[in-house]
Amino acid sequence: MTIESLPPGSSPPGSSPPGSWPDGDAHRTDVPVLEVDDLTVTFTRRGEQATRAVDGISFSVTPGETIGLVGESGCGKSVTSLAVMGLLPRRGVRIGGSVRFDGQELVGADQRRLRALRGADMAMVFQDPLSSLNPVVPIGTQVTEVLLEHRGMSRREAADEATRLLDRVGIPDPTRRLKEYPHQLSGGMRQRALIAMALACSPRLLIADEPTTALDVTIQAQILELLRELVVDSGTALVMITHDLGVVAGLCDRVHVMYAGKIIETADRHELFARPRQPYTGGLLASVPRLDAGRGVPLTPIRGSARDAIPWAEGCAFAPRCDNAQDDCLTEVAGSTVPLEYDGPGRELRCRHPLEHPSVGAGATAAGAAR
Amino acid sequence: MLRFIVRRLLQLIPILLGLSVLLFAWLRALPGGPARAALGERATPEAIARYNELFGLDQPIWVQYLRFLGRALTLDFGSSTQYGRPVTEVFLERFPGTIELTVFAMVFAVGVGIPLGYLAARRYGSFLDSASVVGSLIGVAIPVFFLAYLFRLLFAVELGWLPGSGRQDVRIDATRVTNFYVLDGLLTGEWDAAWDAVLHLILPAIALGTIPLAIIVRITRASVLDVVNEDYVRTANAKGLATSTVRRRHVIRNALLPVSTTIGLQTGLLLSGAVLTETVFAFGGVGLTLRDAITYRDFAVLQGFILMLAVVYVLVNLLVDISYGLLDPRVRAR
Repeated sequence: MTIESLPPGSSPPGSSPPGSWPDGDAHRTDVPVLEVDDLTVTFTRRGEQATRAVDGISFSVTPGETIGLVGESGCGKSVTSLAVMGLLPRRGVRIGGSVRFDGQELVGADQRRLRALRGADMAMVFQDPLSSLNPVVPIGTQVTEVLLEHRGMSRREAADEATRLLDRVGIPDPTRRLKEYPHQLSGGMRQRALIAMALACSPRLLIADEPTTALDVTIQAQILELLRELVVDSGTALVMITHDLGVVAGLCDRVHVMYAGKIIETADRHELFARPRQPYTGGLLASVPRLDAGRGVPLTPIRGSARDAIPWAEGCAFAPRCDNAQDDCLTEVAGSTVPLEYDGPGRELRCRHPLEHPSVGAGATAAGAAR
Repeated sequence: MLRFIVRRLLQLIPILLGLSVLLFAWLRALPGGPARAALGERATPEAIARYNELFGLDQPIWVQYLRFLGRALTLDFGSSTQYGRPVTEVFLERFPGTIELTVFAMVFAVGVGIPLGYLAARRYGSFLDSASVVGSLIGVAIPVFFLAYLFRLLFAVELGWLPGSGRQDVRIDATRVTNFYVLDGLLTGEWDAAWDAVLHLILPAIALGTIPLAIIVRITRASVLDVVNEDYVRTANAKGLATSTVRRRHVIRNALLPVSTTIGLQTGLLLSGAVLTETVFAFGGVGLTLRDAITYRDFAVLQGFILMLAVVYVLVNLLVDISYGLLDPRVRAR
């Protein structure tokens, strides 16, 4: 599949040209593109205590599926994505567990093989489009270099393809824009250009690390819609890293909520919004302003900040901020972390005293069809 | 771009005007005025009065300044008392020597400094890195005249590998065309003269280039270390580009921006006269001439040289700014 065959603009589902993935669920298979198993990332610094930023994360994505990794800053979601891409520095970083792309193990894989995969089969869109683009290299070069590297095109072919790509991601006047530098583009256009670079080789996996955080709200919606059209509809597996529950609601099929380097709740999107079980998830949802709340009803933020997390080995890292916390959430016995356990169909939960919902379990099947 | 250059050229006018005022005031501020400075402590009042009349120093101060300015604009700085020739002529004879020395020194500093700084950053924390940091610290700290004497003593006097004074062997009767000795030799086909001039340049160039070398190593190293942590380098790696492409296009290209500024500023500094190095190696550039002018109270040479060197310095800075605009599109936009 190539990018030219993607359905252009806002064409309705099903109208895509032959040879492309038809829209949506039809092409989902249960064979995951990416399987992350018990991934740990530890930062070691001489003379300092090692910090474990990612602490045994497991998840998988299938073609056409969008999963969300959600959590506050510092919960390890970006580090997870960099570890998957093999982009963490080798010095001072220890990676454990397993990351399999198409069944191939990536942890400890040869750098050359990773380079061949990156940009071609797995791509990434970053948070801050201005700093993520090279300020002194024209946009065009930054798009064509991917094509030249992975698709063996001639310069002329690559330039034509770059024009098509920019057009595809909705950048007006692409021929002119290719000659311009990042600072000459607006924020939204820069992010579109980054997306064009990521999609240049029609990757099977796209990781988007807070792709809308640096953008205006209206632009955010456009970028999310673009991702939905270009990625989800074409059968690419998408890992969406975000702290924004609005993004989750709009795009993700399954959601993994992370806290202090661990997944604490996994659920389908509808389930998660309807019946959050982890008090942390509940807190995240409650701290989103709602129009249907009465005037003057205060927002209910989560107490404290992510800095208040305690080591998981002492039970539950969220316990100090949790309203439901009871004595057994904290243990004196080292290593007795609250486990991530089965919590109904498609759900997993790491909590001893979860939020209770009157109809828990009843809606679980209906919510299976998340999109 | 053109507007940028024109604007920068217009900015030169106030700078040069200010400088001319300073230089003008400096001569008048000498104890006893220029007459006593030129004629000496024991000059008779009659002689001083005659001197002042001769050089228009009895005129109102603003008339004197305007006349000075008018002559300076036509590059007329009077005659040197040492050489009995117009200052401008002396300058045109000596300045090429300084340019040659600067070019050789900067080629040495840049040619060694950038690769060394880059390697030090690549091998951050290694022996090479520590050695380059310590070495560049020593390079900056060591007085240039000490290094120059050391080189001369070791390589010219003791080992006799390279000539240690002058711009060319006096026994070579070379044809002078441009006063760039190396260039002259090449133009006239006098290869031995050109080669001899090159040999004479090596020691002073290395001595003079040591400080710029040390600065360039440090800045390159720091800049590369900064740039490798930039988001756009991560993006380039995320695109799976070949390591060589990432380094060339995304690391080195950006890392050299601050280095290019340093190179320009250092070039400007060296061009305005390496008094110490030229003195040690008896190298006939503007530095040596300035020193002689101070020794022999040749105020016309001092005044003229300083003003012309200032113009050169400002013009080099302008070139640095223009080249920065070419290298960094963000500057161009402003």
